[in-house]
Amino acid sequence: MSGARRLLAEFGLPRVIIALFLLGLFAAAPLVGVSLAASLSDTVVRFGMNGILVLALVPMIQSGCGLNFGLPLGVLAGLLGATLSIEIGLTGPGGFAAAAGISLGFAALFGLGYGVLLNRVKGGEMMIATYVGFASVMFMCMAWLVLPYRSPTMIWGFGGEGLRTTISVEGFWLRVLDDFLSVRIGEEFRFPTGLLLAFGAAAALVWGFFRLRVGTAMTAAGQNPVYARAAGVDVDRMRTLSVVLSTMLGALGILAFQQSFGFIQLYQGPFYMAFPAVAAILIGGASVSRASLVHVLVGTFLFQGILTMTPSVINSVVKADMSDVVRVIVSNGMILYALTRRPAEGR
Amino acid sequence: MVGGAPALRLRGIGKSFGESRVLEDVSLEVAPGEVVGLVGENGAGKSTLMRILFGMPIIRETGGYQGSVEVAGQEVRFRSPFDALDAGIGMVHQEFSLLPGFTAAENILLNREPLRRSALDEVFGERLSLLDRAAMEARARRSIERLGVPLDPAMLVKEMPVGHRQFTEIARELGREGLRLLVLDEPTAVLTESEAATLLGRLRALAAEGVAMIFISHRLGEVLSLCQRVAVLRDGRLVQDLPAGRTSVRGLAAAMVGREMAAATGAEPRTFPAGEPLLEVEGLWVDMPGETVRDATFSVARGEILGIGGLAGQGKLGIPNGLMGLHPAGGRVRYRGRPLPLGEPRAALEAGLAFVSEDRRGVGLLLDEGIDWNVAFGAMQVQGACLRPLLGGLLQWRSDAAMASLAAGYVKELEIRCTGVRQKAGTLSGGNQQKVCLARAFALSPELLLVAEPTRGIDVGAKELVLAALRRLNRERGTTIVVVSSELHELRSLCDRIAIVYEGRIAGHLPASAALEELGLLMAGAATAPPPEAR
Ligand SMILES: Nc1ncnc2c1ncn2[C@@H]1O[C@H](COP(=O)(O)OP(=O)(O)OP(=O)(O)O)[C@@H](O)[C@H]1O
Ligand SMILES: [Mg+2]
Repeated sequence: MSGARRLLAEFGLPRVIIALFLLGLFAAAPLVGVSLAASLSDTVVRFGMNGILVLALVPMIQSGCGLNFGLPLGVLAGLLGATLSIEIGLTGPGGFAAAAGISLGFAALFGLGYGVLLNRVKGGEMMIATYVGFASVMFMCMAWLVLPYRSPTMIWGFGGEGLRTTISVEGFWLRVLDDFLSVRIGEEFRFPTGLLLAFGAAAALVWGFFRLRVGTAMTAAGQNPVYARAAGVDVDRMRTLSVVLSTMLGALGILAFQQSFGFIQLYQGPFYMAFPAVAAILIGGASVSRASLVHVLVGTFLFQGILTMTPSVINSVVKADMSDVVRVIVSNGMILYALTRRPAEGR
Repeated sequence: MVGGAPALRLRGIGKSFGESRVLEDVSLEVAPGEVVGLVGENGAGKSTLMRILFGMPIIRETGGYQGSVEVAGQEVRFRSPFDALDAGIGMVHQEFSLLPGFTAAENILLNREPLRRSALDEVFGERLSLLDRAAMEARARRSIERLGVPLDPAMLVKEMPVGHRQFTEIARELGREGLRLLVLDEPTAVLTESEAATLLGRLRALAAEGVAMIFISHRLGEVLSLCQRVAVLRDGRLVQDLPAGRTSVRGLAAAMVGREMAAATGAEPRTFPAGEPLLEVEGLWVDMPGETVRDATFSVARGEILGIGGLAGQGKLGIPNGLMGLHPAGGRVRYRGRPLPLGEPRAALEAGLAFVSEDRRGVGLLLDEGIDWNVAFGAMQVQGACLRPLLGGLLQWRSDAAMASLAAGYVKELEIRCTGVRQKAGTLSGGNQQKVCLARAFALSPELLLVAEPTRGIDVGAKELVLAALRRLNRERGTTIVVVSSELHELRSLCDRIAIVYEGRIAGHLPASAALEELGLLMAGAATAPPPEAR
């Protein structure tokens, strides 16, 4: 095999095609009047915003629980943390830290229950996970209405019951991560240093975890549970732990997302949180049974790049707002593609 | 030989996996009805050659092959095993290719199911015909009966012991219509000698019907008795191709390894002081599908090598699997005088036991990880080997370097043929995978080692090496060993004592020097000898 072909084989044809497509979009942007600097800046920010959510999928894939379609559960924990922190009235980095702390607590609790449930449905994890995600979102739709929140920034303005559908984090912790040490280059390019640092730190933690004895056991449990059991590993515990980790990362992920996005989206908001993350990691080259940080980084960048660039380029070409349609087609198409390419299971 | 085109002609076959050259200019002919033996060391390239012949996708995915394959005088280049099947080639794989969630009958008749016509056929064609379950079972039962083995057509493959899986696979191939050439890759490795003999008889009858065969085995005696010609592969080259009458077991072994073989050493008789035994098993039952243990009572003295033999399905494999907690089990087991909890692999491992499973791809290996992980993983999890403490021992960091050097030691000691310790276990040849399984157990430095079928799929040279390694472990490190094996010769050369299992019970103990006939009688359940001295 020639060097180029080997590289191609390692990196995978789908990624090469998508990367070339993205490059093409960047090249075409100035021609159709889309600012390249602004596009790049957008891509980088969205990469950072979504990174931890994608990272959250890694533990469960590695432990053999498959793609975490129940990620909304972690997101809900994050929403609870965020709203409670605002309710208390904390602002700035302190408020964000409080939100993170509270979220992690809820996430650990939720993850534990979810993990125990998944251990009872071995083989059908992904379907059950999807149900868990949807059911918990529906449940919280009611809860948001009846929970005794009092903060005027969050409840309906005209004296109604319950929380608003979108809550602005302005005045609390809008862009605490994005603006930390951020660098502005030229007019339109802003480098969100803090956001990327946070993503990097989370990634490093996950990387480190899988270099520990317990992380190694988790990987083995995912690859061949019988082997792991025979080697003295408690496979169910590893699986539960991976679900807890995934849910906690999901909670942190949504907080990182919100502080940049500027709003907390309640009710139906978390519904479709799992799909873009799943699409990203699959594009990155992960399979339902194997994922690495490279898959997370490459996948998030390519997916968010396409998601940022396709609508803006297409919109300026056809002069109509099709961004949402394009987004849905691209992300679901990617999931389908990646799932059909799932490698054959071992005998 | 009959005139006309040979059933198969391989010409100048070559194959590499990446940098490593596995086959080089191999040419071989098989006449119709001829049985050709193919032998060679582990990793010599036998399975790879057969995978090329059978159009296995892995070959194309890894860059294809050189040379040409002719079937009945026509050059072919199969794109998939289906093409090969259409051309009348059947293959019994070394690593079974069965559907685990299906029954024996379903596997045997896969894609050849008797169909029951239904109204939907008229519209949609055969795909929607109903399977005729009753007819299926009857046909599967006939295939199995022709093989002459006790196999339940309704049993799920994933619940079968390996021996039965092998029979299922063979029954599937023997039942094919229009079979012209049958490739058997180590079909007897998991069978006992008497079962193998039954199979060989069946194969001879098939050859008489005009089916050509390529028969791969590490049991050279068997090869010589079945085959008309024997070809020897060494390091990917065909080094010898002689009529069976003009060679011998010694001659073949020498050609395989390229040197004269040292004669096998026998075990010298030893006696053990009648102190407290290391392991005492009383009334053990194990619910392992196909290998049920009902009521086994035996004990193992410290420092001894105990052999456990018996026919497939009698429960000999259930014993170590039950002791290690891999299948539901009960009974009174005392290890070093203390009760050993059953059903908890970790407890058994921590107590100092280790196990080499007979099911190497299922239980024994992480196929997608390197040799280093496979060897070191158990020792890391149970004993904290290959770890570096961080933050004052709060975290335990994996040391890849330590894992690699641990694995490298065993690669050298057991002569595992690989491109390096990072080679994935799934891409090693069958025999080398077996050695990795052994290394994994050795790495635990166990006090009591349970080994099931230690030399399955291992070539003659390596077999001696593995037996010698077990013997060395026993003599030098004082490890007590229980060997479960279908090969009586192996048990006799290695063990101090042999226990024979029949119908889930220990039918009796014999010294390793006992005559083969005596052991054979016990295995067949004929002898009702009382257990020698109540141990
Ligand atoms: N997919 C693969 N990728 C890389 N190397 C491979 C692959 N498959 C086989 N090999 C290598 O090819 C060599 C020959 O393997 P093969 O399975 O043909 O041996 P074999 O003669 O059947 O040995 P055994 O008697 O142990 O079954 C081995 O060294 C093996 O490591
Ligand atoms: Mg082989």
